[in-house]
Amino acid sequence: MSITATLIGQIITFAILVWFIGKYLWGPMTQMMDDRKKRIADGLAAAERGIHEQELAEQKAAQHIKEAKEQAAEILAQAQKCAAEIIEEAKIDAKAEGERLITTANAEIEQEVNRAKESLRAQVVDITVAAAGKIIKKEIDAKAHGDLLKDVVGQL
Amino acid sequence: MSSSTANEESGLGAVEYIQHHLHNNSIGDGGFWVLNLDTLFYSWLLAGVLMYIAWKMGKTMTADTPSGGQNVLEAIVEFVQQQIKDIFPRSNPLIGPLALTIFMWVFLMNAMDLIPVDLLPSLGQLVGIHYMKVVPTTDLSTTFALALSVFALIIFYNIKIKGPIGYLKMFLFHPFGKYLIPVNIIMTAIEEIAKPVSLGLRLFGNMFAGELIFLLIALLGGASLFGLLPQIALGTAWAIFHILVITLQAFIFMLLTIVYLGMAHQDMEEH
Repeated sequence: MSITATLIGQIITFAILVWFIGKYLWGPMTQMMDDRKKRIADGLAAAERGIHEQELAEQKAAQHIKEAKEQAAEILAQAQKCAAEIIEEAKIDAKAEGERLITTANAEIEQEVNRAKESLRAQVVDITVAAAGKIIKKEIDAKAHGDLLKDVVGQL
Repeated sequence: MSSSTANEESGLGAVEYIQHHLHNNSIGDGGFWVLNLDTLFYSWLLAGVLMYIAWKMGKTMTADTPSGGQNVLEAIVEFVQQQIKDIFPRSNPLIGPLALTIFMWVFLMNAMDLIPVDLLPSLGQLVGIHYMKVVPTTDLSTTFALALSVFALIIFYNIKIKGPIGYLKMFLFHPFGKYLIPVNIIMTAIEEIAKPVSLGLRLFGNMFAGELIFLLIALLGGASLFGLLPQIALGTAWAIFHILVITLQAFIFMLLTIVYLGMAHQDMEEH
């Protein structure tokens, strides 16, 4: 029941044990726990940031959609206006073209009529001369009375 | 007549029983130069267990998926860390391992008290070892080894932080100021010496008394058949209470170490 040299052995054991535990348990474990704390804090901060960013993104997306809708409406209105204009223009053009075509056709008809009249006249003269010749027989010289007959036909 | 003889014999037997159990298995000349082999064996065995746990845990621990053992150790480490954070004024790389080692080693050595008092000595008898004290902290050499180590660290850090002159000033001007220097020297010296003495004796006293009570309870059953029931009841009660005592004593030793070293780390306030 007294202090003996065992004391020295125990002090040495204690010192070695403190060193060993400090090196292999306390050091690595506190390091790991600190790292983990930091990682958890970082993770939570990142999550917070992520949520914030998501909110921002959602706001942005809503903004974009709104803008796109407005733009689409604008484009649609413009397109409708454009289409109306084009239709209007096309109508005007068509009308003009139609009128032009009618005019041309009328002119051609006139021409044809005139040509037909012309050829008819000529044939009438020939027929008349032939008829008159047959009626009057030798009395009438085709040369001498041709002018007269032409005049008559021209009055037709 | 015959009953008194039996009492005498059993009384003598009881004294012998207790003395036998409190006798270290030692070699040496009987003075200071004695080695208590049982104390050394069990404290080294427990130190070895601690080292194995520390080494294995330090190697296999992971931050992501802690196993059960790692959780327990993490809880202990965090607990010790919190105590240091609350008490210790500065950061010091030694105080953490020191406090943790004291707590775990002292706890394990105290816990040897919970093994039935006759079990290991009886096994020792079988292989020819006649004296065996299984609780290393019931040996003053162990408790004072720890206390004196802490005392050496107290002096070391006092001189390191306050400087040799600051440490001297603490003896001269503390606690009554510069007009009572002789009283101050005596008071501070007592205060400082009381630290390791109280550390060592507190642990020793608690463990020794606990062991002694276990021995007395063990004697109850040995004395007569009627003692068997009280022995079981008292032994159970005392063992359950002793779980608290061994933890508390390990904790107090650790806490006071932190407190004393924390005081050594404080700069001297001017008087």
